[in-house]
Amino acid sequence: MHMPLEDTLGLNLLAANQHQAEHNHEHFDAWRLLCLNLMSSPGAGKTSLLERSLAQLSNEFAMAVLEGDMTTQLDAERLEAVGVPVVPITTGRACHLDAAMVSGGLKLLRQRLDPTSLDLLWVENVGNLVCPAEFEVGEHKKVALLSVTEGDDKPLKYPVMFREADCVLITKIDLLPYLPVAVERIEDHIRQVNPRCSVIRVSASSGVGLDSWHAWLRATHAAQCPSPVPATAKPQPSPPTLVNA
Amino acid sequence: MHEVDMTKCLLLSLQEWKQQHQPQVPSVEVVHLQVGDFTCVEPDALVFTWGALVNGTWLAGSELRIERTPLLARCLPCGASYSPSQGQAYRSPCCDHPMEEILSGRELRIRSIEYSLPEQGNSPPAADSVVPRQSRGRDLVAGARS
Repeated sequence: MHMPLEDTLGLNLLAANQHQAEHNHEHFDAWRLLCLNLMSSPGAGKTSLLERSLAQLSNEFAMAVLEGDMTTQLDAERLEAVGVPVVPITTGRACHLDAAMVSGGLKLLRQRLDPTSLDLLWVENVGNLVCPAEFEVGEHKKVALLSVTEGDDKPLKYPVMFREADCVLITKIDLLPYLPVAVERIEDHIRQVNPRCSVIRVSASSGVGLDSWHAWLRATHAAQCPSPVPATAKPQPSPPTLVNA
Repeated sequence: MHEVDMTKCLLLSLQEWKQQHQPQVPSVEVVHLQVGDFTCVEPDALVFTWGALVNGTWLAGSELRIERTPLLARCLPCGASYSPSQGQAYRSPCCDHPMEEILSGRELRIRSIEYSLPEQGNSPPAADSVVPRQSRGRDLVAGARS
């Protein structure tokens, strides 16, 4: 006779992903680097922003990119042009990166360089405002981008993404004069669902707001990876130590 | 449809649960989920993909039942709970305060599993590996195994 049984679990539906994400996170902590998960809808400007930020910060931080939103090889070439290693992550047709894919990317990264030489690891997620919000990859902070051309209702329509973000960048603000969009409304809608995140207006093409964005990065990095002796820790910030390059 | 990936991840999570019953393979009848309204999961799509993905696996024939939990928030200034109108407005109607504390709606939880274990001639299941239906409440997440 089969006895009917019932286990009460209370287990996270995504527990399997969560376990791998925690594993990745432990690596990031052991390597003493800051990992950022960059998310947005397609075309919000993740790659353009990265291009500017990598170029401006490469003398200050040793960085690498795990690239999940690569439509063409051109994206990687654009980013590598500034001397930052880029590791493409094969996502197949997946609409988001999960922790196992990022773990695979980390293996490839470690074949190319010593991760303890890094200060900052960027994970550029697949362009999508929905599921990347639910799949942790082990990141320390989530950064969501929203371009002004997407309209001011997106934070209300895709609230989970903006709720989960630690920092929201309102991108392409140089286009505001040409659009019937009030940036204050976008900000208000973000605040409705997430009153605690940082909200920064930027334009990767004009450079407006990049100072504030980089100030957020510096502060976040300093909080995540405090230097025991600030003046001497990691004395050669760039380039990262290449193993097989 | 990202529910396919959600379901794959759910199957992996259940696989972890299954390991605890080794060498026996539990015959699962119902998996009860709790899915909040403030998540990126569409319950109907999850049930649909479940049916397709468990076919031919150890979970074939099992049923996925989903209990939805509404989005409920608490207004910090006055302490009142309220239901934001999703997609439109998230401020509290009482104090016009942003949605700060979420009371429910973010659940993505495997609540419980109804199953049976096959008879094993001379090796009955270990007492600590199963919980009879009458004594629910063991929390496997907290590792409360006696």
